[in-house]
Amino acid sequence: MSGKIKSITNPKLGLDILTPEEIRRIHTASLDVIETTGIRFPSKRALDIWEAHGAQVDRSSSIVKVPGQIIEEALEMAPPTYNLAARNPEQDLPLDGNHVYLGTDGCGVEVLDIHSGKRRMSAWQDVADIARVGDALEEIAFHWVAVSAQDYPAKTRGLNELRAIWENSTKHAQTESIYNPWEAQAAVEMATAIAGGKEALRKRPVLSIMQCTAPPLGQDGGSVEAALIGAEAGLPVGFMTMAACLTTGPATMAGTLVVGNAEVISATALIQLAYPGAPVFYAAAQTASDLRTGAYTGGGPEDFLFGAAQNKLSDFYNIPLSMGSFATGAKEPNWHAGVENSLSTFMASVVMSDMLLGVGLLHGSRIWSYAQMLMDCEIFSIIHKMMQGIVVDDETLALDVIKNVGPGGNFLSQRHTLKHMREIFLPQYMDRRPYNEWEQKGDDGRNWALDKARNILSSHQPEPLESALSIELKKIIASVETK
Amino acid sequence: MQKDDLFKEMAQSITDGEAEKAAELAKLAVAEGIDPLEAINQGFVAGVNFVGDQFSCGMMFLPELVMAGEAMKAAVAVLEPELAKRGKERKMLGKVVLCTVEGDIHEIGKTLVGTMLSATGFQVFDMGVDVPVMKIVEKAREVNADIVAMSALLTTTMVHQKDVIEALEDTGMRDKVKVMVGGAPVTQEWVKQIGADGYSEDAIGAARVAKQLLGV
Repeated sequence: MSGKIKSITNPKLGLDILTPEEIRRIHTASLDVIETTGIRFPSKRALDIWEAHGAQVDRSSSIVKVPGQIIEEALEMAPPTYNLAARNPEQDLPLDGNHVYLGTDGCGVEVLDIHSGKRRMSAWQDVADIARVGDALEEIAFHWVAVSAQDYPAKTRGLNELRAIWENSTKHAQTESIYNPWEAQAAVEMATAIAGGKEALRKRPVLSIMQCTAPPLGQDGGSVEAALIGAEAGLPVGFMTMAACLTTGPATMAGTLVVGNAEVISATALIQLAYPGAPVFYAAAQTASDLRTGAYTGGGPEDFLFGAAQNKLSDFYNIPLSMGSFATGAKEPNWHAGVENSLSTFMASVVMSDMLLGVGLLHGSRIWSYAQMLMDCEIFSIIHKMMQGIVVDDETLALDVIKNVGPGGNFLSQRHTLKHMREIFLPQYMDRRPYNEWEQKGDDGRNWALDKARNILSSHQPEPLESALSIELKKIIASVETK
Repeated sequence: MQKDDLFKEMAQSITDGEAEKAAELAKLAVAEGIDPLEAINQGFVAGVNFVGDQFSCGMMFLPELVMAGEAMKAAVAVLEPELAKRGKERKMLGKVVLCTVEGDIHEIGKTLVGTMLSATGFQVFDMGVDVPVMKIVEKAREVNADIVAMSALLTTTMVHQKDVIEALEDTGMRDKVKVMVGGAPVTQEWVKQIGADGYSEDAIGAARVAKQLLGV
């Protein structure tokens, strides 16, 4: 059952959201900020690297000011394409600019229980269950840590979350839950065990690491050091900005793009200076804060525009993008969730963002819902179909068939119809039943999506991780516990 | 300038979020020998109340609230030495020790809470980010805090909110302070689990919770 992965490829749709001149201005402004205002890197190791490469380093404030040329030259060393590897090599994901892959969202702290529907604190078994459902879904190409394994101590939580994913899915894992160098070291050891050695891991990185920046214009020291350790081992690493209009960025979108871009490219350049040619990706989930509360919104027109703009920036730097789409602010799978997740994901997809984050979470990436996960997959499928556009050729113009049927007939019994009908999208979670049937049964797409998730969880058996490997992973985690 | 006109201008400087103007007017009040408490309560506070009302009915937004708060702070900073000179004290709602917990550098939410608490009339001791457990406890003892308020953005650092509550218990201070927690991963269940007293998802709510906790 597991195997095939559905991705958006060979798009027929496109969107010019920013002109080359506008992109250049955002880039130049970002370099200006990095060079004159500086970016905070609270990590001795990072500051040492910057100093060795000619940046101006203020040790007391941890702020570095870097000449634009150093940033530009560093970014040029980044490989434009590479593969994210999976336990099952058939599920490797080429990040080649011609694929859009979907992952799960992360990292939630509560789960709408798949059986009772009650909201409760997330635990390790949830990470495992979500990975197992994701393993069965062709729309899911890779995993983020969807929820936090809060029944494990903080020290080994991120590592046990990775183990949960690898024990329950053969697909690529991208963790956003590793925050310091010793955790990263252990994660690299775990990935090495899965890949079958250090060189094998370098060739086929079964793990990638996503770190958050600390907007405005800052980095988290532990996260930067963790990324450096990942990059040293050949794991693709990326930095995600969540700079938001109004609070951590200016009220204007262009200005917030500059803040976020300065954070991402400075951190990415640091990785290249330390490990030239290391695989890196751009990551972003920018939005506008709520005008009343300043809170994270996870949606709205600004969010959707950012979704498309950021890929233009990562294209400019010629590195892949991991883009925050979905992640609605809605409290339950409802109208709000449908609007936000459809529009944000369409905008991120139409510009061919390489990785989409991600399905399943509600309330600004806090609460996991299996129904939302399945419905988000359907949104992706709809967009997947839309991206194929309208093909116009002799076969699709169907002139012979039209003439054959003529005025007043119908096309149902044409061979041409039989040949092409399966190209028409058939939704799983939209209610196209007669009105009275809906009235009688009183259920809807949310119920069907949840049923599907329950079925998968009770029936899908992922290709198991060899027990020796599982033991090895536990051993590596145990060695961290005693440190 | 007539006293009433001056008070009106003071209120206006807060409404407009003009910190420099507010400080200037405060200096003028001192120079003219106006009672600083009167300047605060009849002048500047009127502006704060107006902004609060406008915010409540959706006519003003968070940035205007923050700027009004900053203007208020600037005015009070000028008037405080004068208050001290006259042996008077501005009546505050309570003392709050505020920080982001150890291992966590995310400060925007915490800082916003500080601004809202100050604007509401609390005396806020903002310890910044990445603050170790015992430092928080020591500070709370030192200033005789009514509330300890802690933020965390990561589930792995959120556990320190629990550590602080335990440390407050161990040092016999738990029944003297109320504990408020916040940050994206904090939920009502977590609040219950660690035995905190209050929580809010946003900064404006935090000020409301603080008032409820102290019954002011």
